[in-house]
Amino acid sequence: METPENILARLQAAFPSAKIELLPNGCPSQPPSLLLDPAFACEIATFLKNDAALRLDHATNVTGVDWPKEGYIEAVYHLFSMEKKHGPLIIRLRTANRDTAVVLPSLTPVWRSADLQEREIFDLFGIKFEGHPDLRRILMWDGFKDHPMRKDYVAPDDFEYEPTAHDDVLERAQQHFSKNA
Amino acid sequence: MSVLSDSLIEDLKKQGVLVTSIEALYNWGRSNSVWPLQFGLACCAIEMIAASMARFDLSRFGSEVFRPSPRQADLMIVSGTVTKKMAPQVVRLFNQMPDPKYVIAMGACAISGGPFKQGYNVLKGVDRFIPVDIYIPGCPPRPEALLHGLMELQKKIRAQKLTGENRAKYFDAAQPGEYPIPSFGEHDLEPSKNAALWSPAQVARKD
Amino acid sequence: MDTSFSSQKEIDARERGGLGTERLEVAFGPHHPSTHGVFRMDVVLEGEKIVSLKPVFGYLHRNHEKIGESVSYLGIIPYTDRLDYLCSPTSNWGFVLACEKLAGLEAPERAQYIRVILAELTRLVNHTCLAGFLAQDLGAMGTPLMYAFRERENILDLFESLTGARMMVNYFRFGGCRCDLPEGWLQGVSRVLDAYSKFLDEFEALLTGNEILLQRTQGVGVLKADLAINAGITGPCLRASGVNYDLRKVDAYGIYSRFPFRVPIGEHGDCFDRYMVRILEMRESIGILRQAVREIPAGPIMDAKAKTRSIRPKAGEVYGRIESPKGELGFYLIADGSPSPYRYRIRPPSFINLTVLEEMCLGLTVADAVAILGSIDIVLGEVDR
Repeated sequence: METPENILARLQAAFPSAKIELLPNGCPSQPPSLLLDPAFACEIATFLKNDAALRLDHATNVTGVDWPKEGYIEAVYHLFSMEKKHGPLIIRLRTANRDTAVVLPSLTPVWRSADLQEREIFDLFGIKFEGHPDLRRILMWDGFKDHPMRKDYVAPDDFEYEPTAHDDVLERAQQHFSKNA
Repeated sequence: MSVLSDSLIEDLKKQGVLVTSIEALYNWGRSNSVWPLQFGLACCAIEMIAASMARFDLSRFGSEVFRPSPRQADLMIVSGTVTKKMAPQVVRLFNQMPDPKYVIAMGACAISGGPFKQGYNVLKGVDRFIPVDIYIPGCPPRPEALLHGLMELQKKIRAQKLTGENRAKYFDAAQPGEYPIPSFGEHDLEPSKNAALWSPAQVARKD
Repeated sequence: MDTSFSSQKEIDARERGGLGTERLEVAFGPHHPSTHGVFRMDVVLEGEKIVSLKPVFGYLHRNHEKIGESVSYLGIIPYTDRLDYLCSPTSNWGFVLACEKLAGLEAPERAQYIRVILAELTRLVNHTCLAGFLAQDLGAMGTPLMYAFRERENILDLFESLTGARMMVNYFRFGGCRCDLPEGWLQGVSRVLDAYSKFLDEFEALLTGNEILLQRTQGVGVLKADLAINAGITGPCLRASGVNYDLRKVDAYGIYSRFPFRVPIGEHGDCFDRYMVRILEMRESIGILRQAVREIPAGPIMDAKAKTRSIRPKAGEVYGRIESPKGELGFYLIADGSPSPYRYRIRPPSFINLTVLEEMCLGLTVADAVAILGSIDIVLGEVDR
């Protein structure tokens, strides 16, 4: 497959006004990823899927990553090609912040495989995917308020019985008993 | 049975005379036809199925009749992790079972949450909502362990009294046969446990 | 329920002088004998025809990913056992593969062969059980499942003598395997394989040509190749639709490039093809296993560079994937230099294979939906994680 640098150059030529960045990866066995401009994400995704040399028709892994220190949530897509049997190309989208502007364009219209996985990201990370056909909670129940996969999520306080508590569990158990003492 | 001593009963049996009581007969019948609910939750369910298959052959103990409907079942084998999303359904199924009914908590998850105890969606033991008769440790317990658990349950059933002060709970109309079903809250189940049923174990320390 | 709709329907029916059907909403599960665990389908029926089917997940969501972020890399391996609890060795392998990429380790020859043997035995276990469960769903109460579990026990005996556990093997390590094979183990594998080919013949004689099975599965739940690709369907379900995509060939991870096995491809993408692809895959697996047992060399089972207790990979991210019996099982890890991953994500094949469940079931009957779900082969531990 083409190198990500090459793909980046071609994308920049095709979408001159889009802001696309190459993010390095510390792991040598995996290529760097492309950070896309959310405004152009759908067009770029369609381009990647239909481009004759790439034909990235298989979006396998769609997931979210929470970066509280940096102040955004990421959606990561791993793209492979079933036709050309190559990959991966990793594309990322970032929200503007973690609480008010958490909207990203949905890539489900391009790859159906993102359907359930984007719902999962919405449920666990709280990214709202615009253009998703059926954006509801998927793993937790409907009335649930939190987004548990975020790093700052605090689990409900049921630490009253921890026979072998250690580390943060011990801390939570101690908190529980000091609160109820 | 207090009229006849155990040794006399044994002696009579050798002579071909069977002396028994309604209670023993009734419990003998019940304990050898415990029909479990066909109800698999997670990994342990596979071992439960394996226990009912050819090699381990649960039917030797009269329990191979897995009923899909709780209305026809005597025994609920909670075989696997009970998540908070699943807990109301588990309690509802338990409530739908007719008395006398028994619960086996199979595996570490059903007992305490097991390896997934610290999960935000995992109930830390099914005994927070329904009463459990037999606990089978293991992750997952081997089919032999399930058989042992079942035999322990049979012992328990045979020891139940039909009359008198200590008669079985289900004869008492005042005892609850149904337990409150928790509802989905904004952060957790509401209530997060049945306080009338479960309280944290107290560690007794000798000073 | 949409009452306005049903009343409109009744008016229409009265005008036609016939009988109206009311729409009926049925919630299948989470406690239902044929949903393979705690899975729920909200089905809207018109008569017996399915007009809408919404899968509902999460009843076994036990937070693998969140827990994985707080335990060490080594500590995650037992959790991967409990992902797809019918085939824990392959789940082990997927995770270990991703970590090895991250840490730059490579398993020695002998360990690679042991991995292939375990993975292919797992494939036998999974596909046999699937065929048994599918037949159970179609109404063959007991018999095929009994046969399947009888054979499964023989393979579990092998797992037990090697790893100490029947189901949860916890055997793969970063850069190798936990312990070497016990004496006589390979002969045991050969014995099981000899019996297995005979068993497959017997099993197929019972099922494959069976009129009821053919009636219930052929032409049911057709999945077209282009939709399958777009929806990310992988594994036997994809290959039954006629797409030749097997990661053992495409990525050739481990030492799979040394095994000249064939990849069975279906033609129609219906339930029968999905069943048949698995039966044929089992026969190929037996070939792989025989070759592996023949060729396995002596030698170490751990990479000399590997630390046995824990690894601390440098910051970076990796996506490792393998062909599990259910499809593409991927692990996405972000390392930040600490002993536990910053982000640990599982790409579960059986979850994503459910994406187009509704399309496959529309217009069919409830009984067909049960057959379709059975032929997709889901394990809830993996679907909900």
